[in-house]
Amino acid sequence: MSRRPFTPKVVTANLLVEGDVVYLSAADAWVPHLSQAEVFEDEAVAEARLLDAARQTEVVVGVYLADVTLGPDGPQPSHFREAFRASGPTNYPHGKAHEVA
Amino acid sequence: MYQYNDFDTAFLATRNAQFRAQVERRLDGSLTEDEFKPLRLMNGVYLQLHAYMLRVAIPYGTLSADQMRVLADLAERWDKGYGHFTTRQNIQYNWPKLSDIPDMLDHLGTVGLHAIQTSGNTIRNVTADHFAGAAADEVLDPRPYAELLRQWSTDHPEFQFLPRKFKIAVTGSPNDRAVVRAHDIGLVAKIVDGKVGFEVIIGGGLGRTPMIGKTVRDFLPVEDLLPYCEAIVSVYNRLGRRDNKYKARIKITVHENGLDEMRDRIEARFAELRPLFDGIDQQMLEDIRAQFTLPAFRPSSSLPPLVDPALQAWIDTNTTAHKRDDHAIVTISIKTHGETPGDATAQQMRLMADIADKHAYGELRISHEQNVILPHVRRADLPAVYAALRNAGLGTANVGLASDIIACPGMDYCALATARSIPVAQQIAKRIDEMGIEHDIGALKIKISGCINACGHHHVGHIGILGLDRAGVENYQITLGGDGSETASIGERAGPGFAYDQVVPAIERLILAYLEHRADASETFLAAYRRLGAAPFKAALYPQEAANAA
Repeated sequence: MSRRPFTPKVVTANLLVEGDVVYLSAADAWVPHLSQAEVFEDEAVAEARLLDAARQTEVVVGVYLADVTLGPDGPQPSHFREAFRASGPTNYPHGKAHEVA
Repeated sequence: MYQYNDFDTAFLATRNAQFRAQVERRLDGSLTEDEFKPLRLMNGVYLQLHAYMLRVAIPYGTLSADQMRVLADLAERWDKGYGHFTTRQNIQYNWPKLSDIPDMLDHLGTVGLHAIQTSGNTIRNVTADHFAGAAADEVLDPRPYAELLRQWSTDHPEFQFLPRKFKIAVTGSPNDRAVVRAHDIGLVAKIVDGKVGFEVIIGGGLGRTPMIGKTVRDFLPVEDLLPYCEAIVSVYNRLGRRDNKYKARIKITVHENGLDEMRDRIEARFAELRPLFDGIDQQMLEDIRAQFTLPAFRPSSSLPPLVDPALQAWIDTNTTAHKRDDHAIVTISIKTHGETPGDATAQQMRLMADIADKHAYGELRISHEQNVILPHVRRADLPAVYAALRNAGLGTANVGLASDIIACPGMDYCALATARSIPVAQQIAKRIDEMGIEHDIGALKIKISGCINACGHHHVGHIGILGLDRAGVENYQITLGGDGSETASIGERAGPGFAYDQVVPAIERLILAYLEHRADASETFLAAYRRLGAAPFKAALYPQEAANAA
């Protein structure tokens, strides 16, 4: 059985203290918005960055690779779970989708 | 109400100090996440989708007004101004910082509240009838027994690493409002030949494999309560499966071993344990019982004829018969149409505490249906209570009706969820309100879970809704005919699921079909379903299939 082809991904986690959803940027910083995340289209690079990120145990928790699709506005969540993580809950106006830019 | 003694207070202070040190060691890197996770879970701290979540136990759903004010403090000081009352009579805070949680726990400790064993594979918060101590139909107040079980199970050294979580519910009424048949142990307090005891039910549960509990003892004398429960949990601890978490609950242990085998093992273990309980537990029970005396009721005049139809509707819908004719039990709906089921703001919590002090002898309860109860209200005070609630957005007259929906947090918050629950509940409630037929529909329990774990009790909803992830899209299965009461049954799946934007129209068709087919206005949805079977309801849910078959 052939392996599924690698699809674009970002590294995501939650901040250890605040619990906020964050993404790993190209500058190796944890950033709050998916649009600021570094997108990996090469599997080996993605795995290496994931390993690096997972070592930052005093900053983040629950590090993993999340699927994204590439669009004109940058990476977009491939799955609705990641969409809710990126934008916050839908029942109150206090998620990231409602933050003043 | 039970008041913490010096031992309880010291125990809680020690436990909170221990957890504070564990948080500090996690933050300074001395503990890894793998080491810390089981420690935080033992103290009710989860990491959810967007933030940490702190689950605070409200033992058997009973709160004092002062305790409610502290819950409000937590919402205001360390969260986003609200808390979420859960289907296990707990409250959850969705946005605390890990570094703040020790301070939150210390503040809870000032009024004898905690988060111990609100997670993990332990005996969880013991739940009870939310009308306990007040209901006209009550045989016995179950709270002293629930408190005894709470003390026995808290930090019980043998039961901190059970195969899976373990939930106990107690009722003292023949009308089951505590869903005892869907718990690992369900206890029905009763009096037989003048003796106090319990029907003991084991192996109930919802989740992936829903099962109605089975009676393992028709009558257990009260003095045997702790040794017998210890025997049950002990047998489960030995027999329960640890190879597969989906088969680890006691309902599977009972199913795989059979009730007779379980009973034999429990009785054998009970025979070993019984001599070890030398009466201290019964002394403790007497001390506890003395703290659950009824308030010093003030007599009330009867209500004059009411001219306000909204007040009359609220009294008809949101009050229940009390032990005393001149008092009523008030259920405050935390289900305003279109709002998040079970969420209350800090201001609303304080208002409810103030009303409790003024009109309900300082007592409140949390129901598993995510509402707040004022257990003892003078009937003459009902107009004043309603006016105060209405002004705070808490006067919705929908208790037990179609918009009084149980909903778990779902994918808006929960890391385990496979779909959203809250917005589905909000939209159904709004649509029912727009249609203006809620009071005509009458008693109808709609329950929504955002995953197969069934925290929203969808299996025992008259209409159950289960949110799933089908190929990366939210999809909702509907079950019909569930019942969490003394006539408990598991709902039957109606057919293929519905897309997110098709759930509300589907529920609307179901309700209209019920109105069309019911014998008369006194026949409830559940009674009509049991009389008619699924066919007319399935035809309403799937009109195209019905047309094709015609």
